[in-house]
Parts: sequence; structure tokens; C-alpha cells
Amino acid sequence: MIRTALTEHAIDAAALLAEVTSDATGATTLFLGTVRDVNEGRAVTGIEYSAYTAMAAEELQRIAEEASVRFEGVRIVVEHRIGTLGLREISVAIAVAHARRAPALDTSRFIIEALKQRVPIWKRERYVDGDLQWVDPTAQHVSTAAP
Amino acid sequence: MNQLQVLLFASYADAFGTSLVTVAVPEPATVADVVGALRQLPGGEVLPEAPLVAVDRRYTRGPVAVHAGQEIALIPPVAGG
Repeated sequence: MIRTALTEHAIDAAALLAEVTSDATGATTLFLGTVRDVNEGRAVTGIEYSAYTAMAAEELQRIAEEASVRFEGVRIVVEHRIGTLGLREISVAIAVAHARRAPALDTSRFIIEALKQRVPIWKRERYVDGDLQWVDPTAQHVSTAAP
Repeated sequence: MNQLQVLLFASYADAFGTSLVTVAVPEPATVADVVGALRQLPGGEVLPEAPLVAVDRRYTRGPVAVHAGQEIALIPPVAGG
């Protein structure tokens, strides 16, 4: 069982859990990505998520299908939010259920890591001073923190 | 020459000032030809050495041929999650 989706609406994590579990599952994991208040030392007030919607939906589905081949028997529901999100709002939810805990935990990790590498979604952070900036995980950051 | 349309997103759309650009490339053309043509346009200087390109909603690798009618998209560094 696999369902993946991009959504412009608030993600209901409890609904995902209810959807992914079954009488045969004994282990369920829920990964939530949420908007946090600081990134790279700058105070963040919100994030605008945008996507190449058609491809993002297909790539997300491909990742879930790869996971279901790699971890046989997993049940997977993934939703990724698009639009403007405030602090603490859920940007991504990955619910996985299996008879046993190891495949459920491993699948959750596999999906979030692949999603971050491959799904064409972008985020633009909004800072306290009103500035907006695209987040580039591949950029080289000069650390100002003490080693 | 052949006219191809390319989808742009996020920081690339900002740099080019549009989310859809038309480029003239030789026939037959490869993904590298498309990227080369984009570099010549205002905003093209933001492109990295080897930007990610998707054709028909799948990432390409290597010297892939492209032609009119395909969905060609330039993909900035992704940041989902």
C-alpha cells in the first residue's frame, strides 16, 4: 500500500497514521518535517515551498515504490506541503507501517533522504527583517562558529 | 536551428525573470546544447557548471538528445523536506 501526494492544505498527521496502519502492522513510524525558527544563524518567520508539481509528484511516488521493493511489506503514506508555512507547521509527513519495527524505521529514513536529494521542491525562507532567500543545500557555507 | 521551450523554477526563474524560456539549438540537440543556449541569455550567469536537467519529468545524465515536444526543465538545487 502506497500513497504519496503534494498538498496545499495543512497536513493531518493523525489521519496519515490511521491510514497507514492495518491489523497486520505491529510497528508504525511517523516522520514530520516542521518549520523551525533559525537557519544558518538567521531568524526565520516562515518558509514558502514551491515545486515542479508534476515531476515532484512522480518522483515522490517513484521513491515510495523503490522503498516498497527494498523493504518488502511496508505500507507507506507520504505528503509534502506546498505554499507558505509558518513556524511549527508540517512541511512533510512520512508514515510507514510494517509487521516489524526495523523495516518501518529504515523505510522512513530511506524516503526522507531520497526526497531531499531528488524531489524537485524548493523553499524560500522569510526572515525577521523581511528578506527572502532561496535555500541551496549544495552551497558552501562558511562557518562562523568556533570549532 | 530548432526552438525548444525550457521550464524554469525557483531561483532560476527569478534569475531569468520568467518560468518558461525559448532557446534556439542545433538539430539534433543535446541537453548540453540547451544549457549552453541558456547561458547566453540574461540571467544565464547564475547557472552552475552542470545544472540538473529533467526531460519528460525524469533527471537526465550525460549527452542526452532532446527535441521539440519534450518537457525540458532546468532544476535548481532541490530543498524539499
